[in-house]
Amino acid sequence: MAITKTLGIETEYGIVQRGGEESNPIAASSLLINAYLSAVDNEGHHTQARVGWDFEDESPANDARGLAPVGSLPPEVETHLVNAVLTNGARYYVDHAHPELSTPECIDARAIVRYDRAAEEIAIASMRAARSILPPEQELVVYKNNSDGKGNSYGCHENYLMDRATPFGRIVTHATAHFITRQIFTGAGKVGTEAMGLTGEDVPYQITQRADFFEEEVGLETTLKRPIINTRDEPHADAQKYRRLHVIVGDANLCEVATFLKVGTTAIVLAMIEDDFIDRDFVFDAPVQAMRAVSYDLSLAEVLPLVDGTAATALEVQWALLENARRYVDERGTEAIGGDVALDVMLRWESVLSALESDPAKLAGQVDWVTKMRVLEAYRDRHQLGWDDARLAAMDIQYHDLRPEKSLFARLGAERLVDEDEVRSAMADPPEDTRAYFRGECLKKFSSSIVAANWDSLVFDVGTDPLRRVPMMEPTRGTREHVGTLLEQSETPAQLLELLDQ
Amino acid sequence: MAEREQIKKSSPAEADEEIAATPASSETGEKLKSDLDELLDEIDDVLETNAEDFVKSYIQKGGE
Repeated sequence: MAITKTLGIETEYGIVQRGGEESNPIAASSLLINAYLSAVDNEGHHTQARVGWDFEDESPANDARGLAPVGSLPPEVETHLVNAVLTNGARYYVDHAHPELSTPECIDARAIVRYDRAAEEIAIASMRAARSILPPEQELVVYKNNSDGKGNSYGCHENYLMDRATPFGRIVTHATAHFITRQIFTGAGKVGTEAMGLTGEDVPYQITQRADFFEEEVGLETTLKRPIINTRDEPHADAQKYRRLHVIVGDANLCEVATFLKVGTTAIVLAMIEDDFIDRDFVFDAPVQAMRAVSYDLSLAEVLPLVDGTAATALEVQWALLENARRYVDERGTEAIGGDVALDVMLRWESVLSALESDPAKLAGQVDWVTKMRVLEAYRDRHQLGWDDARLAAMDIQYHDLRPEKSLFARLGAERLVDEDEVRSAMADPPEDTRAYFRGECLKKFSSSIVAANWDSLVFDVGTDPLRRVPMMEPTRGTREHVGTLLEQSETPAQLLELLDQ
Repeated sequence: MAEREQIKKSSPAEADEEIAATPASSETGEKLKSDLDELLDEIDDVLETNAEDFVKSYIQKGGE
């Protein structure tokens, strides 16, 4: 039986310093995050924010296939940059030259949307905080996109907890088929191309931001020679039982429906892989080329050759996966895939595939590449512009600008799945149904006694004894149901630790 | 006027007015189109003034 799909999203944001001299993106990212942390401190909340990240258990070089092949470059963990844990259970930090926010662990796709939106609001609050520190002519601007249009890409990664016992080859087969074909609703749209040897004449507009950057089928890298299936094997949980599938192919979405479907459908597909429930292998002849072919084909008619001699369009593969998912839910239920939320995912999956088939324009406000294309096409029509006009490239970037007064996306009336109150509370409160609850609530209550935190442990300093590490190797333990009463009963961290020992 | 209010989602000051002024209705194709026209009117004001310079100067380091 498939294990509960614990989920998370990590987003690297684009950052620009305006009005200053030569800008350094690492310094700008640090300033942005520190400005937010100080502002939260000043509001008088218990501050979480100064609690540092604990790197003890980080091992991003571990490869799911076993030994990493010679020549692959494991990512390095940078420990000297700002790296904070928030009371909502999220991690907010500088990664390479970008501000990055990882959502807390969530149990369903709707919670992911809520915390992904909260992450956007945290970025917006950070820009505001930075403005109050910087000279009046300067500001930091954050973009939720994945490319600068010049060949530099930064990621929006998804994470799914999986059963260690599932053969990795089976994951590769079916997840690859899903990742290539789900692009038709996960794509955030991009003017032009950054693929070697192609120009905007070949690809005036494409479905995704990211497809241009994938060069391998399977691998450990994330920054060069990017693979469709990333093998980073760092479960942040009991490694005997679990693996974490680190998914790097996705675009950062602004449409809530797109985020919902991206994560919701993938959780279902991965649960079906664990239960060996997918009855047809869609193995593409050339996965890397297929990835791009899907992204470049706005008609969604491209037929992709399969190794068994047949062929399929992205839509056909998605319909087949949905059919399979229906039978899966009938027979196995939704326990592992987010309960009733999974039923909403299935309904939306169907309605979006139907619209993509009949009239994709209907998906403006639900799917980013359609939403963006609609406004670009209208602007093009009005001013009689070719696709190479710089104003269209500017609008592309500005679609993702998170400043409410500048964002094009914010003006497009997109459908919302979570209301503003839920988003606001998610900026401070953790989800109640994963270990993020324990992390977040401990930070709220005992931040001055927590010396370090990470995904799978908290380290307490209660004054007298040596530092005490509380391991959290089970992502679905430490929930409100498990520890809510215990946290309420504890007036001091020492009491909490004592109660936990019992 | 209601339609114009609705597309200006970004202005917090207008949020209350917007709710009051916009009757609950399903979005029809017509309405989407007129929203879009309003938006296009706005875009020239919102758009970065020198598109070419703006696009050129938007440079990021690779990440991940």
